[in-house]
Amino acid sequence: MKQDIILAGVGGQGILSIAYVIDNAALADGLAFKQAEVHGMAQRGGAVQSHMRLSDGTIWSDLIPKGEADMILSVEPLEALRYLDHLKPDGIVISSAAPYKNIPDYPDLDKVLEAIRKAPRSVVIDSEKLAKAAGTVKAQNIVLLGAASSFLILKERSLLGTIDTLFRGRGPAVLEANLKAFDLGKKVALGS
Amino acid sequence: MPRQILLGDEAVALGAVHAGLSAAYSYPGTPASEILEFLVRLAAETKAFPAVWSVNEKVAYEEALGASFAGKRALVSFKHVGLNVAADPFMNSAITGANGGFLVVSADDPGMHSSQNEQDSRYYVHFAQIFGYEPSDHQEAYDMAREAFDLSERLGLPVLMRLVTRLSHSRSAVETRDPRPQNELKKGAGKDWILLPVNARRRFGQLLDRQAEMIRLSDESRFNVLDLNDKDRSFGVIASGIAYNYFREAVAAEAAPPSFLKISTYPLPEGLIRKLVGHVDTVLVLEDGYPFVERQIKGLFGVPGKTVLGKTTGAVPASGELTPDIVRRALGREPLPSLPASGLPLAGRPPQLCVGCPHADTFKALNKALEGIAGSNVFSDIGCYTLGALPPYNAIHTCVCMGASVGMARGASDVGLHPAVSVIGDSTFAHSGITPLLGAAEANTDMTVIILDNATTAMTGGQPTHGSGERLLRLIEALGVAKEHIRTIEPLPKNHDKNVQVLKEEIGHHGLSVVVAVRECVQEQRKKRS
Repeated sequence: MKQDIILAGVGGQGILSIAYVIDNAALADGLAFKQAEVHGMAQRGGAVQSHMRLSDGTIWSDLIPKGEADMILSVEPLEALRYLDHLKPDGIVISSAAPYKNIPDYPDLDKVLEAIRKAPRSVVIDSEKLAKAAGTVKAQNIVLLGAASSFLILKERSLLGTIDTLFRGRGPAVLEANLKAFDLGKKVALGS
Repeated sequence: MPRQILLGDEAVALGAVHAGLSAAYSYPGTPASEILEFLVRLAAETKAFPAVWSVNEKVAYEEALGASFAGKRALVSFKHVGLNVAADPFMNSAITGANGGFLVVSADDPGMHSSQNEQDSRYYVHFAQIFGYEPSDHQEAYDMAREAFDLSERLGLPVLMRLVTRLSHSRSAVETRDPRPQNELKKGAGKDWILLPVNARRRFGQLLDRQAEMIRLSDESRFNVLDLNDKDRSFGVIASGIAYNYFREAVAAEAAPPSFLKISTYPLPEGLIRKLVGHVDTVLVLEDGYPFVERQIKGLFGVPGKTVLGKTTGAVPASGELTPDIVRRALGREPLPSLPASGLPLAGRPPQLCVGCPHADTFKALNKALEGIAGSNVFSDIGCYTLGALPPYNAIHTCVCMGASVGMARGASDVGLHPAVSVIGDSTFAHSGITPLLGAAEANTDMTVIILDNATTAMTGGQPTHGSGERLLRLIEALGVAKEHIRTIEPLPKNHDKNVQVLKEEIGHHGLSVVVAVRECVQEQRKKRS
């Protein structure tokens, strides 16, 4: 049993929080994992990505080879497209539909979404709307994690437990919003 | 055994703590910063040892060396180019030797994710003729850090661990073991540490005498693994550090993978290499960084009757970070089937200054003040403000190494360039901008130094800075800069015209001026609010 996921987004969008939840859930489930991430210069509003590998056996490379990724999970649609050539032919793209436009030459959004939907399996969700409905627009990353949860080899209980650990210290309202964000993302993805 | 989630950097740090660490020093630099960050957090909880952000890497090295001389176990960490700054004490500490275990961690950045070059710290291991480790994964990073302190004390020498970005910034679970207590204070062999020629010659001789022992230790190290395929003697692989992972990844599904030698310690395990090379006709050498192993194996004349492939032969690209895909190709394995790229032209998303960043306002004012002046006049430095080189600012014309802007502006001024402007952050100024300014003040060099005081070391995540605010202003004055030419501005949009005026006046002054742009980093402000 193994699963390779590319997490993508823009610096500051909470990619590393998604990774934190998955890492800890993997530890709780007794799986091996390696998770390569980007620090330093790129975090200043640049494209960031994290290679997340889960397995019940040995994981060698910290990076996912091209053609090995089972899933691209992206908090931003343009960023989802950057790593398509890492995806297995039957891999799934789970992406936010909400663009993060901090560059002057952002491509036509309809074309970006169309390109994502060309993947054999894709889930595109309005994470901005769902996060707001959950109580904070900051929870878009957790909406996406919820959307991905039904496709992950991790126990939902482990994911929720880590979300609890991550947000409990920030007050009950923040925790509640993130748990709700997870749930909304999950439901919308299953219905799509 | 407990399992703990750690970055590669943190695995080294925790290994050191469990080895009885008594003191740690560093200067921030990607990808090494998280080593000391972890230790600072741990030290705040346990109060068990000092974990110190030093003024620069040379100072950090000397502080750690002093702790080792006092008999305690000490760690110093920095990015690869930080070892250049610390190269003087580093090279000489191989001659003095260490007393308490002394681990030097240098994190390389193949592919230059956040660096000016991709120099390979293994050459420093070779240069100083000491023992070095190169972990391939998190567990090894932890285990090697523990072992390194024992070995350092056994050899009486500092030991270097080389990391690369990909391991430094990857997370995994590590099995930890019970900690060992710290050393007692212990006075050492004082004469060994006085590098007068008479002592240095003796000590260098002793260092050379230990080389055979170090090679034997490498040959016997459990971190080096030789696996010979008896059925196929045509082809084998030598892979060092994380390159080993990419090799194993590529052949994971194969029933009879090629013979291989994993190298994770230096000097080279010569006996193991002879066995592998003797066993096969063709050897592919895989390493993330320079062709360090490959060149030593081939020497000038190659290995008679054998083919050695690698970065020098084009089998592997000579520059850039190694990836599993590159290794797969070098091994002659077919690429895995994958989805094609989207075909859509994907706009790049380079890093940029944050919204509301004070540097942006300083650059806007500086560009205005220099309007109509042609040429490359603005010497700059290393930090977030290096992003001022990119559009829309295009405001700076150099970025070489920490503190270089001040000395370079002086050199340009000395030969007649006017205006000569230096732009440097407060942390970089403290690191190595003070000494060139001392010289320029004495000479009253015709140049303008702009110090961007945002009260933090921002690019690496907001570590403390040693000269900011009033302390910085007093320091500049004490260096001998005329008080009337030390000006401060507050880089805010509303002050733009005023700031342009100040910059114009000081750039127009034919002598030394220092303009300090004072406004806190917006990221740090945000952290304080949340």
